Amino acid sequence: MNIREVLRVAWKSIFSNKSRSILTMLGVIIGVAAVIVMMAVSAGTEATIAESINGLGSNLLFINSTLTRGGMGKDAQQGGLVFDDVEAIREQVNGVAGVSVDQNASDTIKYGNVSLESISIVGTTADYTTVRDVQVAYGRFFTDQDIDRTTKVVVLGSTVAEELFSEEDPIGQSVTVGTTKLTVIGVLAEKGLVSGTSFDEQIYLPITLVFQKFTPSQFAAMRGDHVRTIYVSVDEAYEMDDVILQVELLLVQRHDVTIETADFTIKTQNDIIETQESTTESFRMLLGWVAGVSLIVGGIGIMNIMLVSVTERTREIGLRQALGARPIDIQVQFLTEALMLSLVGGLLGVIVGVGGSWLFGEVGGMRTVIVPFSIALSFTSAAMVGIFFGYIPARRAAQLDPIVALRHD
Amino acid sequence: MNERIIIETVDLKKIYGMGDIQVAALDGLSIKIRQGEFVSVMGPSGSGKSTLMNILGCLDRPTEGQYILNGEDISGLDKVALANIRNKQLGFIFQSYNLLPRMDALENVILPMVYQRENNLPSEERQEKAMAALESVGLTDRAHHLPKELSGGQQQRVAIARALVNDPVLILADEPTGNLDTQSSNEILELLHDMHERGRTIMMVTHESEIADHTGRVIYIRDGKLDADRLNGKNAKKMKQKLRETMAATVSKGGEA
Repeated sequence: MNIREVLRVAWKSIFSNKSRSILTMLGVIIGVAAVIVMMAVSAGTEATIAESINGLGSNLLFINSTLTRGGMGKDAQQGGLVFDDVEAIREQVNGVAGVSVDQNASDTIKYGNVSLESISIVGTTADYTTVRDVQVAYGRFFTDQDIDRTTKVVVLGSTVAEELFSEEDPIGQSVTVGTTKLTVIGVLAEKGLVSGTSFDEQIYLPITLVFQKFTPSQFAAMRGDHVRTIYVSVDEAYEMDDVILQVELLLVQRHDVTIETADFTIKTQNDIIETQESTTESFRMLLGWVAGVSLIVGGIGIMNIMLVSVTERTREIGLRQALGARPIDIQVQFLTEALMLSLVGGLLGVIVGVGGSWLFGEVGGMRTVIVPFSIALSFTSAAMVGIFFGYIPARRAAQLDPIVALRHD
Repeated sequence: MNERIIIETVDLKKIYGMGDIQVAALDGLSIKIRQGEFVSVMGPSGSGKSTLMNILGCLDRPTEGQYILNGEDISGLDKVALANIRNKQLGFIFQSYNLLPRMDALENVILPMVYQRENNLPSEERQEKAMAALESVGLTDRAHHLPKELSGGQQQRVAIARALVNDPVLILADEPTGNLDTQSSNEILELLHDMHERGRTIMMVTHESEIADHTGRVIYIRDGKLDADRLNGKNAKKMKQKLRETMAATVSKGGEA
């Protein structure tokens, strides 16, 4: 019996029992589809995270304040990054392209009759454009001088500019933020949504101005203004480690702490991506188990129906034996049938999985990226399930006594 | 008479059970069948004729004794070798036809060729051979009908075509007319006579002496032993003659109507 005939017989047997075959394949279909969908969802999530982190700028270091260092009262307030650290890093560390810092606030912005409520105010430094990779469309960004002098200027995000000024040229106009009058010196180019931040819907002020007018701190007089995160953009990727070391030494010295008791942490984009990935990893493991169990259940379903099929077709088996089929011929035939059930199930599962991933993306609003590996993996698992669970029924069929089988009804 | 011996059994025994309780379904049976013989096997149920047919059909192996089929001692062969013998040397005709329900007549006839291990024919040649076999039983126009679309007699004729297609040395027929009405039975007997005239060796189990009368030799088995072995040549010829006259009458009547 050649392969083509074996396949034809198996196909015929599956096809002539359509509804039963589909029900049998359901477990495999769900298992395979689950593998594909879950990998597509987690790959989509990962891609979003990686993109948003990379979208922050290139070769970026994140220095975070860890404020709660030991003790109560006076001690507790001593730690953390301050605004002066920004200047120090820029001046004393080699290989730095820019250092930027954010101090956020929120207030109303008014121009003429138009007023926008709760606009995000980003207090930052001149290096912001370099570090966060934003472009100025009109006018200019503020300079180091503006920071030093606490100049009352503002740079608008593109959406804010459009809503306030529509057709008018905003440059040089005066707007009121909260109660402070500021001069518009620039408008940023559209950047869109990156890492949950809409760059276009914010306004940008010199950080010193924000400290002074929008988030005055009572501790500023003692050690300077506290900041939560300092962004350092490094010139070249290979200098990252070197810059990390320099920044660490500098800050340890400035804050009068040791490496062990440091009141800050330094992370790279990759560190952050890895942290995010490890959380999606555990989620993926869980779904992987679900898919695996589903495949096994599907396999048991196949075994079940194959055992039924062997019983139902005992006479056919007996006749085939009488006509000269060897045990191995019978075994191959039933194994092929089980394998075909699982492969067709696998194929339908791939279709459902790919379709499901697409649906999650289109309708569910989730980002999904179909991973070719997941298709290969789930399809191979389905095939293995077919062979594994098809073996026992096939063997039982092959070992039937032709006399008994022929007399069976 | 042709002297080539197709079946020779020497003191064939088949013993069932173990320990003290042993039942001998065959208890030292020795027979010889020559090429071209048309033999009936008769005997009450439990006489061992089924066991004999199973062993002669290479579906079962004797506990003791020898079975020589077409010059080859096959008593000691294993399952795979027996499957080969069944495929190449034997043609089976069953009481209940045993056609595969999901295959059409032609595919059913092709089936034995599918399990051929030597001279595996290409698909077109198989079809041709199967078509020729169907022609010899007069069913070319039913080649693409499923068994359920055929009458009992037609199904049995497909089964006969299937038994012939691998050109076996021996045809084993187990109550081939047992499920059929008189008309269909006559058709099947007529076909068996044709095959016999063309030189086939046929062994047929039946419990109807009318049917057995059609064969040139009748073997009676009782309690696993040979009870009687009588030649029936003259009678068989007469029966065949009568059968053909009846058939011709029916056909002409059918033609007029």
